[in-house]
Amino acid sequence: MSSIAIRPIHRAVGFYEAPIGKKAVMAVTGLVLFGYVVAHLLGNLQIYSSDPTQINKYAAFLHNPANAIALLMARTFLLVCVGLHITASVQLWLQNRAARPIGYFKKDDVPASYAARTMIWSGPIVGAFVTFHVLHLTVGSVLPLHEVEGGAFLSPDVHYNVITGFQNPLVAGFYILAISLLCTHLYHGIWSMFQSVGVSHPRYTPLLKKFAALCAIVIALGNISIPVACLAGWLKV
Amino acid sequence: MRIVLHISRQRNGGAKPKLVRYEVPNVNHEMSFLEMLDVLNEDLIAKGEEPVAFDHDCREGICGMCGCMVNGLAHGPRPGTTLCQLHMRTFKDGDQLYLEPWRSAAFPVVKDLVVDRSALDRLIAAGGFISVATGEAPDGNAIPVPKEAAERSMDAAACIGCGACVAQCPNASASLFMGAKLAHLGLLPQGAPERDARVEAMVAQARAEGFGSCTNIGECEAVCPKEIKLDVIALMNRDFLHAQILGRGAVSENAG
Repeated sequence: MSSIAIRPIHRAVGFYEAPIGKKAVMAVTGLVLFGYVVAHLLGNLQIYSSDPTQINKYAAFLHNPANAIALLMARTFLLVCVGLHITASVQLWLQNRAARPIGYFKKDDVPASYAARTMIWSGPIVGAFVTFHVLHLTVGSVLPLHEVEGGAFLSPDVHYNVITGFQNPLVAGFYILAISLLCTHLYHGIWSMFQSVGVSHPRYTPLLKKFAALCAIVIALGNISIPVACLAGWLKV
Repeated sequence: MRIVLHISRQRNGGAKPKLVRYEVPNVNHEMSFLEMLDVLNEDLIAKGEEPVAFDHDCREGICGMCGCMVNGLAHGPRPGTTLCQLHMRTFKDGDQLYLEPWRSAAFPVVKDLVVDRSALDRLIAAGGFISVATGEAPDGNAIPVPKEAAERSMDAAACIGCGACVAQCPNASASLFMGAKLAHLGLLPQGAPERDARVEAMVAQARAEGFGSCTNIGECEAVCPKEIKLDVIALMNRDFLHAQILGRGAVSENAG
């Protein structure tokens, strides 16, 4: 053994090199993104407020130039998390495919593992949807976005943009599909991230799985209710 | 009863596997699965054909030698059972059964249903041991072991190293096997000194052998004949993160 100091960068590389290290990165970034999904849903539900400008006030708060640095930091942080989550998952997926070069003629899957086995497919479809969603409602390259006066500056007219967007059945349909897949992804991901960092308990892990299912259903219903309400005409501009 | 078998056959590891159909009439429902294969082989030998190669040893479910996929399930459809302890009463007259060897890059096929599981031995050699000075047997109860640790360690020690977890895992991962060994040794005071080094060495060896990694699906625990649970994998993950973050393991020492 030499006495050369191990630099933190070497340790970080060695950590990431190991599949368990990659899974830990996916667990932590997954937790961040799950937190974002919850916060985003809470933001979205303001569309049901009796005050139709409520959600626009929230948007104006986020887009306030005074918060520009915080917004930039949050966006960068989320993008880094998305990047790490995707990179680690693709690397692991390639390694895991290589671990069985010759497949079975017949393979039975254990019941109730559908969400777990399809993470690698639900992930990219949700990723494609998020890209579309940002182009649609943040960048405005799908439909022209309306803006309103938010005090001293222009901020997006979220109320108008969301409702007109979802009146298009294709946009609403893609949204419902993506949210369903996102929640399938979350159902496995919410308990899986605990397992990946080594938290498991004979009594609490089964409860955690129930909590994961409940979370997934509540998030799905909360989000899907919005395009349904727009298509049904309950939410109007 | 009559059983129809579709067996994946190959002369050696390099040959392309081919499904061959065999009928075994007059299967007694009290036969074990391996006895049914013995009957098939007697018949093949009598006809001058090559018998089906399969692994077996103790035939009482404790050695870990036997095992193949039966209709896509490692050790067949009965939970907590090795192939040799699976009896033909589990099946119905006229059942079609697909038999295939464990498939994994780390388990080269030797012939037909026989695979080389030396990769599991190399995982043990990498870290699945404790280094203690031998000599007189220590006094009983000289080393206190917490009851819960003893129970969990014993549960993990039930692993017979058959490889069913690897065969069933969609990623051909040996995580359940490794977790079982790490829990078996690491939870006891005798195995505690090398706990960090052991997990790092085994995880590195698994990668070198070409095993996949765990995606928390749980197919392994569903087919494990010794019913080892997924929490041993959580323990492995925790031990690995602990070793890496505190940096006392063998891998980080060697890197220096």
